[in-house]
Amino acid sequence: MGRFSGLKVIWEGLRGQTGWTPMWRDPEPKAEYDVVIIGGGGHGLSTAYYLAKEHGITNVAVLEKGYLGGGNVGRNTTIVRANYFLPGNSEFYSHSLKLWEGLEADLNYNVMHSQRGLINLFHSDGQRDAFVRRGNAMVNQGDDAILLDRDGVRKHLPYLDFDNVRFPIYGGLLHPRGGTARHDAVAWGYARGADQRGVDLIQNCEVTGIDIEGGVVRGVQTSRGPIRAKKVAMIVAGRSSQVAAMAGMRLPIESHVLQAFVTEGLKPVINHVVSFGMGHFYISQSDKGGLVFGGDIDFYSSYAARGNLPMKEHVMDAAMTLMPMIGKAKVLRSWGGIMDMSPDGSPTIDKTPTEGLFVNCGWNYGGFKAVPGSGFSTAHLIATGQHHAPAAKFRLDRFLTGRGIMDEEGTGAQHNLH
Amino acid sequence: MRIPCPVCGVRDRREFTWGADALALDRPAVDAGEVAWDDYLHNRENPAGPTRDLWYHDACGTWAVVDRDTVTHAVHGSSLAETARAGKAAAGKGRA
Repeated sequence: MGRFSGLKVIWEGLRGQTGWTPMWRDPEPKAEYDVVIIGGGGHGLSTAYYLAKEHGITNVAVLEKGYLGGGNVGRNTTIVRANYFLPGNSEFYSHSLKLWEGLEADLNYNVMHSQRGLINLFHSDGQRDAFVRRGNAMVNQGDDAILLDRDGVRKHLPYLDFDNVRFPIYGGLLHPRGGTARHDAVAWGYARGADQRGVDLIQNCEVTGIDIEGGVVRGVQTSRGPIRAKKVAMIVAGRSSQVAAMAGMRLPIESHVLQAFVTEGLKPVINHVVSFGMGHFYISQSDKGGLVFGGDIDFYSSYAARGNLPMKEHVMDAAMTLMPMIGKAKVLRSWGGIMDMSPDGSPTIDKTPTEGLFVNCGWNYGGFKAVPGSGFSTAHLIATGQHHAPAAKFRLDRFLTGRGIMDEEGTGAQHNLH
Repeated sequence: MRIPCPVCGVRDRREFTWGADALALDRPAVDAGEVAWDDYLHNRENPAGPTRDLWYHDACGTWAVVDRDTVTHAVHGSSLAETARAGKAAAGKGRA
């Protein structure tokens, strides 16, 4: 598979689209690799890509029990942003957004990254103060934030209910570089890039055991036979606890279901990502025209990949409260993704007590925008043994030591609060 | 999803607030050390399948231990959390 280009699209159009070939190989697993990555989702694929590209480590396999990108990277609401407040998170998501901005040229793949601007609404003086602080933190990090007053929001989002009795709109924090991307294309682009650099992408290959001898990882057992490896990385958000249990670990993770919804395709009406925190509601419009929106987790541990009705009602209530016009749209479908919820709402990229075994988990409901930065930092950790600076605070032991807990919401570092 | 309250019978999920995994009943001793407390507070089995967890029935103020399945959302039954904790204490497992 060569490079994609506009010229190639035209050329293939002229000769009946007969020259396209598969975007990656379908190799048999080898007996041994330098690095085995468990999990062929966004984070696993980007880790493989950056291992090859940044560190020249190409004797790598990505093992995926289903198909590439079939998990949360294919089930999210596609939002890309860098509007975090706390040190540790702020520099990480800032780095990730910079990678996003160069991603299409880097991958030679159209991920439809659209920096349409993200607006977080506020509804009181106190909330305005909090967003001023957040905006300043973002600017200090080198990212962009603009405080909009009520009229400023109205220019961007004239269709909102500004005079709602309970939540009148006082203004919003605009993050112009925030936006969306085509989620599947991100997985496919990284997969293609990794494959081109020699990484073996092995699908329908479920890891059933992790081989550890004398505290050192030796490889994995899989549904397609044993595979030896010098290093193994568990990058399986949504199933982190099950995979870590194969290495005798219990993680600070609870799995919860987060629902999302999409309407029938409509003409362009919502040009931004709009976040209505008081209703735990956010919305954007896909390039196909569907309104894509969601709310909070269902708040009970679940692996069902589908939610219950009370949260659906809550999300629809919030939508109608914020933008009554949405009542005319018909919801086509809804689904649920399984979130690795951590006690402080922040992720983990770290070594484990087993030598050569690494863990990347705990992305809560924010994993999609982290895909480039997470892969970059995880690859750095695997290749060099040193934490990559922007992700250096994502430690597994922070709940034990109390150092570096990143509780972005300020609700306390315990389960079921984020 | 409907959940059986041990006091009121089967009620809508809306009447309940989810609490935590039922291991919350298995509290370490005050002097058990930071590793034991970290494990208790933060680390989880987080099973995909049968689980036992704590639900609070907002309507009557009861904490219940609910047997259910995290994959299918099937709910099999429940008991009073108070009884479950007393049972643990009687079995010598309770460390509180």
